[in-house]
Amino acid sequence: METATLETRGLNKSFGSVPVITDVDFVLRPGERRALIGPNGAGKTTFVNLLTGNLRPTSGRVLLDDHDITELDEARRIRQGIGRTFQITSLFPMLTVRENVFLAVSECEGIAGNLFRSALRHRPQIERTDELIRRVGLSDVANTHAQLLPYGRQRLLEIAIALALRPKILLLDEPAAGIPTADSHVVLDILATLPKDIAVLLIDHDMDLVFRFAQQITVMVQGSIFAQGSPREIAADPRVREVYLGDSKHGLAAAS
Amino acid sequence: MTAVSTSGPAYPAASSQLRRLALPLPWLATAALPLFLPGYEPLATQILVMIVFALSLDLLVGYAGIVTLGHAGLFGMGAYTAGILSVYGITDPLLTAGCAMLVAAATGLVFGWAMLRTKDLTLLMLTMASAFLLYEIANKATWLTGGEDGLQGVNFSSLFGTFAFDFRGITAFYYSLAVLFVVFLAVRALIASPFGWSLRGIRENSARMAAIGCPILKRRVIVYVISAALAGLAGALQAQATQFVALYSLSFELSGNILIMLILGGSGRLYGAFIGVPAFMFAQDLLAKQDPANWFLGLGIILIVLVMLAPGGILGIAERVMAAIRRRRGAA
Amino acid sequence: MTTAITILFFGIAYGMILYLISVGLSVTMGLMNIVNLAHGVFAMLGGYITVTLMNHLGVPFLLALAAGCVLVAILGFVLERLLYRHLYGRSELDQVLFSIGLIFVSAALARIAWGPLAQPIELPDYLKGQVEFLGLELPTYRLALVGFGFAVIAGLWFGFDRTLFGARIRATVNNREMAQSVGIDTDRLFALAFALGTGLAALGGGLGADVLAIAPTYPLQYIIYFLIVVAVGGLGDIKAPFLAAILIGLADTACRYFLPEVGAIFIFAFVFVVLIWLPAGIMQWRRS
Ligand SMILES: Nc1ncnc2c1ncn2[C@@H]1O[C@H](COP(=O)(O)OP(=O)(O)O)[C@@H](O)[C@H]1O
Ligand SMILES: [Mg+2]
Repeated sequence: METATLETRGLNKSFGSVPVITDVDFVLRPGERRALIGPNGAGKTTFVNLLTGNLRPTSGRVLLDDHDITELDEARRIRQGIGRTFQITSLFPMLTVRENVFLAVSECEGIAGNLFRSALRHRPQIERTDELIRRVGLSDVANTHAQLLPYGRQRLLEIAIALALRPKILLLDEPAAGIPTADSHVVLDILATLPKDIAVLLIDHDMDLVFRFAQQITVMVQGSIFAQGSPREIAADPRVREVYLGDSKHGLAAAS
Repeated sequence: MTAVSTSGPAYPAASSQLRRLALPLPWLATAALPLFLPGYEPLATQILVMIVFALSLDLLVGYAGIVTLGHAGLFGMGAYTAGILSVYGITDPLLTAGCAMLVAAATGLVFGWAMLRTKDLTLLMLTMASAFLLYEIANKATWLTGGEDGLQGVNFSSLFGTFAFDFRGITAFYYSLAVLFVVFLAVRALIASPFGWSLRGIRENSARMAAIGCPILKRRVIVYVISAALAGLAGALQAQATQFVALYSLSFELSGNILIMLILGGSGRLYGAFIGVPAFMFAQDLLAKQDPANWFLGLGIILIVLVMLAPGGILGIAERVMAAIRRRRGAA
Repeated sequence: MTTAITILFFGIAYGMILYLISVGLSVTMGLMNIVNLAHGVFAMLGGYITVTLMNHLGVPFLLALAAGCVLVAILGFVLERLLYRHLYGRSELDQVLFSIGLIFVSAALARIAWGPLAQPIELPDYLKGQVEFLGLELPTYRLALVGFGFAVIAGLWFGFDRTLFGARIRATVNNREMAQSVGIDTDRLFALAFALGTGLAALGGGLGADVLAIAPTYPLQYIIYFLIVVAVGGLGDIKAPFLAAILIGLADTACRYFLPEVGAIFIFAFVFVVLIWLPAGIMQWRRS
């Protein structure tokens, strides 16, 4: 498995005259498990969109292994290994779970333009599809239309699609939002099965999940990086506690 | 109005075997038609040609989600190509049909490459404008096309040098049936391929397709070109079966009619074309001859009711009925 | 010189009719986000009402126009509440099919009621013949048409810019959620806008009965022109379609005069190129 380092330098984004991301210098190293937290509206989703090429920055650069990818579009960055999930579920509603995942597998493996052989006869890709579905625990609904799944399971399908693209870097925008708290460990279990050298950036409001998952935490407030450090340092940082965590260490979910 | 849930394997093994056995039956029945309904061959041929045309449209509307009101432009390009070639002495049916496909595909490539970057109303308008443009050109280039009088002197030689296009239309009938069968197999293979799946992905959520790395414009242009070639083939068949090409083959009216036929049967369902086209054309044959006003009144009401109450066409209705029966059985 | 002015004049008259009919379509398509191919139905109906009232009942021209406008606006209101309402948020394909269905029904009914032939308008004496204008002999009817059209347009633009109703439409076209959140009753707004748009189309249909002949084929025959005006002008606006309509009226008239052998080819090629270049219409060009 190849690895890659994703970096931003002096990244800025404004919508009209409203600055949303200001001067962000950020590094995500191979194998890192980093969480990005911050209050609603801090700019986390916008930041992810800048990393994936879904949005263009107003100024600043995005680097992948020291190569400037600021001008590359979304599709190219995906091929270079930047995968993501969406905060707002974005699936193919009238296609089955299997078809949803196969679409991503076939794009990733370069067979999606094949006109002649039946999709089902592409054995290796179908097997990989089924394996991914198993990994996120959706085998029992493999032939169900995505729109008929409960929301929590749609989130899992979203993750399977992201994994299908063999990301070197995985950006997860609130993957557990909408999954009942009792089941959020499923997301952790899936993340635990990822190859160790994939870099993962997780956005979530569930502090329990964040503190169990992350080796490093970045706190974003009003579009800037407010603090960075290990979970222990962040939890102990009085400034973070003041502006963000409130009084109790694990009270963030309630605060946002 | 949710879709039918299909938990478990989509089609159980037993039913798939049944399907495989049943597949040739309608084809054989159709092939025997001249024995039972002599005199109806020309109408039957018309229906077969229009099914080819509707299948080509289904690739765009039903699978790729490209709504077009200009598909007759491509049909007409095929019809005029075959017809004009025959007037200038190139009369072999298969050769001219091949040329018609090429010309229609090239037209589709040029228009598709330009149009398919846009979406929604703009795309719809462009598809209309492209067909109107071709219609006007054919209308004005009377020296080549015969203009409003239609193309005169169309005459094709015998199929394989053996089967002449006879007065009763037997040759044309079997020729069209054979072409339809080949087109049907090709389209069925296409929609089952990874390319076909990706078309449905683009239809369902093109933003998400982009985010998994799909070159959307390229896929849409490719399917447009394929669809154009098949529409052109249908046009050539029409020219050969009727030994005539009229401006109608490029008209907005035909673009609209073929869309209605497809939707009537059910788009995105492969068999929709086989149901909608005969239903439409038989009804038209019966009703429009008596009074066009009644025909349009009935058709208009059916369209409105279909949109308001029964999306999915005849096959959609059948699917819902089947699902209801299955539910009742499950409950009992 | 004379030729140029004649073409200018006829082009503007034609563009004016196109604008009056299409402006309502632009507003409703932008406002409700639907594709409506059946807009020509309302213009046709306006034309039939005007012609019938004048030719058979001797109603004066202006009164007949007003009657057509009001009756069709009421019909538009009712149809919006009964049918169109259900199409909001549906697929483009559904909207296309529904509007084709409506065209077929109305064309069939028109054929049953008035027969298949075009209904010629019998102009009142004061609109017949020619008048001298800038040293040119121009048909009185078209001159009146242009004058009347400008008056209607002035009123319309003034209303759109200055009244609360106009402001509400502009706000809702811009951002529907926002408009709803500040308390605009969008349901009512849609119905009223639809009524206004269809009323204007009826007015255009009646006024232009001598330019675009009133026959059952009307909605299908001219739909492409109305849609071109809307697509080239851009959705949801009332001023840009005017520019588009005049441009198309002039271009089509000039082309038919100078290059009759090219006919309408030019106009379709022109539209094709404009839309590829500016997919959101000419407004996009001004913005960028
Ligand atoms: N497309 C957009 N246009 C204008 N403002 C936007 C857009 N996207 C996000 N914003 C604004 O940017 C800010 C950050 O949003 P977002 O990145 O979604 O925050 P987070 O994901 O941290 O909750 C918010 O104030 C939001 O309103
Ligand atoms: Mg967010």
